[in-house]
Amino acid sequence: MSTIEFRKDIFADERDDNLNTIGKPEIRQDILGHVTGRSPYFDDHKFEGLLHLRCVRSIHHHAKIRSINTSAAEKMPGVVRVILPKDVPHNINTLLSLIGFGRDDEALLQDKKVAYLGEAIVAIVAETELQARNACKAVQVDYEVLPHVLDVEEAIKPSAPIVNDQYPNNTFDYHDLYDHQKLRFGDVEKAFSQADHIVEGEYQMSPIEQAPTETCGAIAAPEQNDRYVCYTSTQALFFSLGTTAKLLDMPSSKLHFVGGTVGGGFGGKVDSLHEPLAVLGAHLTGKPVKYTYDRAEEMQVGAPRGAERWRIKDGVMNDGRIIARQFTGFFDSGAYTRLSSYAIVKGTGHLPGPYTIPNVSSNVYCVYTNRTPATAMRGFGITGVDFSIECHMDKVAEAVGMNPIELRLLNAYRDGDMKAHRRIAKNCALIECVQVAAQKAAWLISPQYNAMSSLKDGGGERAQIPPTMIDDVGKIGERKSREIPTEPSSNGSMSTKPPSTIEFKGVSTAMNTVTPDELARPDLAPPTNTSEIAVPRPVPAAQPQAPQRSTTPYQQPVVTPPSQIAPASAPVVPPSAPVPNEPYKPAGDFQRGTKRPGNSPFVSGTRRR
Amino acid sequence: MSKTPIQFTLNGKPTSVFVNGGANLLEVLRRDVGDMTLKYGCGQGTCGTCTVLIDGEPHLGCLTLAETVEGRQIETVNGMADGPELHPLQKLFMENFAAQCGFCTPGMLMAASSLLNRNPNPSREEVVEAISGNICRCTGYEPIIDAILQAASSLRGRAF
Repeated sequence: MSTIEFRKDIFADERDDNLNTIGKPEIRQDILGHVTGRSPYFDDHKFEGLLHLRCVRSIHHHAKIRSINTSAAEKMPGVVRVILPKDVPHNINTLLSLIGFGRDDEALLQDKKVAYLGEAIVAIVAETELQARNACKAVQVDYEVLPHVLDVEEAIKPSAPIVNDQYPNNTFDYHDLYDHQKLRFGDVEKAFSQADHIVEGEYQMSPIEQAPTETCGAIAAPEQNDRYVCYTSTQALFFSLGTTAKLLDMPSSKLHFVGGTVGGGFGGKVDSLHEPLAVLGAHLTGKPVKYTYDRAEEMQVGAPRGAERWRIKDGVMNDGRIIARQFTGFFDSGAYTRLSSYAIVKGTGHLPGPYTIPNVSSNVYCVYTNRTPATAMRGFGITGVDFSIECHMDKVAEAVGMNPIELRLLNAYRDGDMKAHRRIAKNCALIECVQVAAQKAAWLISPQYNAMSSLKDGGGERAQIPPTMIDDVGKIGERKSREIPTEPSSNGSMSTKPPSTIEFKGVSTAMNTVTPDELARPDLAPPTNTSEIAVPRPVPAAQPQAPQRSTTPYQQPVVTPPSQIAPASAPVVPPSAPVPNEPYKPAGDFQRGTKRPGNSPFVSGTRRR
Repeated sequence: MSKTPIQFTLNGKPTSVFVNGGANLLEVLRRDVGDMTLKYGCGQGTCGTCTVLIDGEPHLGCLTLAETVEGRQIETVNGMADGPELHPLQKLFMENFAAQCGFCTPGMLMAASSLLNRNPNPSREEVVEAISGNICRCTGYEPIIDAILQAASSLRGRAF
């Protein structure tokens, strides 16, 4: 049986141990099929007269397609059907259109402009795979090669070539307002000015291919009742079904999808590119059609985890408390959106990592480049920035001369703390995990740190949402008229103009103004007695002030923001911030849908009993 | 295209099939014979997913010309279980959580089976060496190594 170690001594009073299955190793329900070789992967279904589909792919990173000549290919031996872009009934889609997020920006087969190496242009259905390969070589595509851009920061310069016509600024448009996803919590600039150290770092990761052992693919065949059966390797069966129905302009009731046995996915099998083409092939030929990547296509064309570049700037006190953290992130989406826009929203909710930092600011750009489009992979949106955060934590520890494990324990979030995305942290276990990991690695930590607990010292002031500055840097279209600042929230000095009262979700923000006296609260000073480890208290945010607008006038916006948007540069205080100096207490027993402190009406997960 | 008749033994049963010139054993066993237990992973001899035993030795189906197996003994996962009774390797793979997606499992079992046939008491290092040509993206290998070592122990117990 499995060698998993269950540490039931931790949080022992929060768990029933008389459960039959939960908390005990189990044999996988599908493993008998695996060890006998009988698990039915999509390619294990035999069809009489199976045809093979392969694609003609772009040989350039970026090029206009002047013409496509398939006449030689059509005469090649074994060729049954040449599928052109015009044969795709609704040849434009974006994956998340099924949940109404983003504009349709990607064709199944491309006839106007290719934007990455390997983009599909024409599909050929032939009797054998070899015949399909040979016919693909016979297709003549006349390209007009365009300048390409492969680096995220090059791509957001005003002079960069336009990668994706739907997003001419080479960035995804967030909330119809900004060219990046913002997070503002407290006032990082004020906290930086109070910090003993400023620690900055830049971190870059590579794209990572999921490299499933089974390559992506699907087999489709005409079925009785005028339907098409589709056996597929997809990780997202109904997502693939919905995407197929949309691209083929076909009622989903005509589609019979069979999946669930995936030869390794890791996120790389959600893009739903194979099912629509296989079904279209079956529709146009009346025969079963298989479309699958070979290994080379899986590696080059198969969408990877997108590369991320992060700049992190921390304000740190001598005792190791991190009082401010500022992020600038660039997420390489490749040529199309797929899931990268969503990954950034998810990642932003995770900032500033599993630490309680009272002032956090982040600008993250979803950038289009002439690289292979990025997609899902295990925790995408989180893992890249986590890599950066943990590298940065080591750098911070070095800067203040502190044991890096103790630095993490000191700053770790505790139950009841307010996170930067305005949810209360609950069921925290970072402290306990770090303590066990240190013990296993024989890494010495002092007794005070070993005595820390996720259950202690959280909440209270740490549950507060600080008065928060917002700004309007990075409006959609602004970048075409001037360069964006590399540290977007460091936009000059603050004005002393008193805050204007504005309406935010119907709640007046006149309340909760921090007075100068509070800035000098003695409990906020670093502890003088170093033998006593103080769990950090929040550094107060500055008195809300309107940041000065950029000195360069805002010129010729490409997109005009909707008129209902609040006036620029106004401080916003979240409407339901808890009363200061009162520890966080849940209003009652947890219920799904209960409104928690913070702005979001959505709640997931369960709270500790 | 001209076809060549070939005869071989598949999991103890005489088998004959007409193959295209140049066809590889992976495609012939899957498409023409109908043994779907070996899988296509790379088609270029790097992943080990199509491992079969030819006269007891592990070979990669995708790099083996089908015509070269004329008259030889081929074993796949289909021949491992004795009726309803699973082979100890299969049982211990199940109990050790040594498969997640299961796609590499048939090839992995073949590599392990070949090892235990020639070395009933392998060291951990020898197990690692024996499966070094088989890529698994899910498990991290440790449960697979544990399962093979336990199966070796179980098979030795059976022999005595």
